[in-house]
Amino acid sequence: MIPLSWYLILAAGLFCIGFYGVLARRNAIAILMSIELMLNAVNINLVAFWRFLAPESISGQAFAVIVFAVAAAEVAVGLALVISIYRSRKTVIAEEINLMKW
Amino acid sequence: MFGSITTDMVLAILPEIALLVLIAVVFVTDLVVDEKRRGILAWTSIIGLLITMLLTAFFAQPGAEAETLWGGMLRHDWLAYVSKLIFLFGALITTVFTLNWDSVRFKGEFYVLLLTSTLGMTLMGASADLIMLFLSIETTSIPLYVLAGFLTDDDRSTEAGFKYLLFGAMTTAVMLYGFSLLYGFAGSTGLYEISAAIGAGQIPAAALAGAAVLVLVGFGFKVAMAPLHFWAPDVYEGAPTPITAFLSTASKAAGFVVLTRVMIAAFSSVQAEWQLMLAIAAVISMTLGNLVALSQTNIKRLLAYSSIAHAGYALLGVIAASELGAASVVYYFLVYVVTNMAAFGVVIVVSRVIGSDEIADYAGLSRRSPGLALVMLLAFLSLAGIPPLGGFIAKVLVFAAAVQAEFVWLAVIGVLNAIIGLYYYLIVLKVVYLTPGKDEQKALPTPRPQAVALVVSIVLLLLMGTVFAPWYQWALNSASALF
Repeated sequence: MIPLSWYLILAAGLFCIGFYGVLARRNAIAILMSIELMLNAVNINLVAFWRFLAPESISGQAFAVIVFAVAAAEVAVGLALVISIYRSRKTVIAEEINLMKW
Repeated sequence: MFGSITTDMVLAILPEIALLVLIAVVFVTDLVVDEKRRGILAWTSIIGLLITMLLTAFFAQPGAEAETLWGGMLRHDWLAYVSKLIFLFGALITTVFTLNWDSVRFKGEFYVLLLTSTLGMTLMGASADLIMLFLSIETTSIPLYVLAGFLTDDDRSTEAGFKYLLFGAMTTAVMLYGFSLLYGFAGSTGLYEISAAIGAGQIPAAALAGAAVLVLVGFGFKVAMAPLHFWAPDVYEGAPTPITAFLSTASKAAGFVVLTRVMIAAFSSVQAEWQLMLAIAAVISMTLGNLVALSQTNIKRLLAYSSIAHAGYALLGVIAASELGAASVVYYFLVYVVTNMAAFGVVIVVSRVIGSDEIADYAGLSRRSPGLALVMLLAFLSLAGIPPLGGFIAKVLVFAAAVQAEFVWLAVIGVLNAIIGLYYYLIVLKVVYLTPGKDEQKALPTPRPQAVALVVSIVLLLLMGTVFAPWYQWALNSASALF
C-alpha cells in the first residue's frame, strides 16, 4: 500500500504550486484556479489523514465534502465579481484593477 | 454522539434560529411586496434583530459551566454569549444606517446577505470544532465579499469586493491547510479534543508551531493585523460605508473571538512560539497602522489604518494568554464596536449629504451640525483612549494584561503608539471644529433613526467608560470560560 507520507508530499507540492500561482499569475481567473489547487491539496490531506489515522470516524470525510462545497460557493462569487469588473473596465488583469492605492 | 435534542441545546442556538427565521421572513417579503413598498425590508430586519437580541440576552444565557453541544460542534459559554450580543448589536446599527440610502434600501438581497453574515459570526463565536469553525468563517466571509462589491455601478465598490475575495480566499486556503494538519496530528476535529491530544504529547512542537503559523494567516486576515492588512484600506474605502462599518467592527471582533479561543484552547503547548509571532504582528500593526494613518486624506482610509492599529492593541490581550488578557480582549471589543459604529455613523450621515469622504470637506461641521460634531469628538477621543470614555478603560486593560504577562516592552510600544494615534484623531477634530468651511450656513440634518443609533452608541460608550463593573463582569465571565 502507498504510505501516508506520499500523499502528504503530493498535497504539499500541490499546495505550493497553488500558492505560487496565486502570487505569480496576473489573470484573475488564473488566481482563482490556483486557489482551487490549494483547496484540493487540503482535501488530499484530509482524506489521507482520515484513511490512515481515523477511519472509524467520518469527520475527515465530512470536512473534505464541506471544503469543496464551500469552495464552489466561493468561486461562484469570485467569478460574479470578475464579470462585474469586466463589464465596466474590460480587463481581468489583477494589476490593472487598481483605482485605490495608499 | 447525538442523543436526543434537549432544551439546553435549542437554547444554545436560539440566536441562530431567530436569525434564520428572520432571513426567511426578509427573503419572502422581498418576493411578495411590490417594489415601491420594499422600504419595510430594512425595518423588518431592524425589528427582527432587536427581537433576536432580546431573546439572546434573556434566554440564551449560559450557566456557570461551559457546555459542548451538538455533537461537539458548538460551545455554549459566556464568550459565545457576549460575542453574539456584540455581533447582533453591530448588525442592528449597520442596518439602521442603511435606512435612507436608496441604492440598497429596496433590495432584499442586501439585508439577507447582511443577516447571513451575522449568522456566520454568531456561529464563529461558539465554534468548538474545526469543521464548524471553517464553515462559520466562510458563512461570514462569502456574503461580505458580495456586500463589499454590492454597488455594481461603482468601480471602487466592485474593486473592493474583488480584492477582498482574492485575499480572503487565499488566506482561507492557507488556514485550511493548517486545519488539515491539525486534524492529522490529533485524529479529531474537535478543538478541545485536539488540545487533549496535544497535552498528551503526541505531536512534535515544530510541526505544531508550523500549523499555528498557517492557522494564524487565516485569522490574521479576518482581524486585519499586519502583515495581512493589505486588503483593509482598499476594501474599507471602496465598500459601501455601512458595510465598512460592519467589517471593521463585528467582523473584526468575530476574528478576535476565534483567535483567542483557538490559540488558548488548541495551541497551549507551543504558547511561547505563537506569543512571539503575535507580538511581532502586534508591534507592526500598531506602528504601521498609526504612522500611515497620519498621512491619510480620506476619512474611511484613516479609520481603516486606525482599525489596523487597534487590532494591534487588542492583540496584546491575546498575547498575554491569561484570564486578564482574554477579559481585556472582550472588553476591548465591547468598547471598540460601539465606538467605531459611532464614528462610521457620522461618516455615513455626512457623506450622504456632502457626497464626499475627504477629511478636508468636514471643515465647519461643528457649525453645520453641532450634534454630529460632538458624536465625532467623543468617538474619536475614545478611539484615542481619553478618559472618561470606554476606550481608555479598554486600553488600560490590554496594557495591564501585557504587563502582568511580563511583556512590558510591548505595553511601552503600545503606549507610545497611543500618543501617535491621538495626534491624527485630533487633526480630524481640528478640521471639524476650527477650520472654516464653505457652506457653514447650511444645516446638516441627521435623520431621526440614525440620530437614535448615534445617541445609543454614545451613551453606551460613556457607560463603558464610567460604570465599569457590569461590563467587566461580562468580560471576566467570558474569559473564565476559556481556562
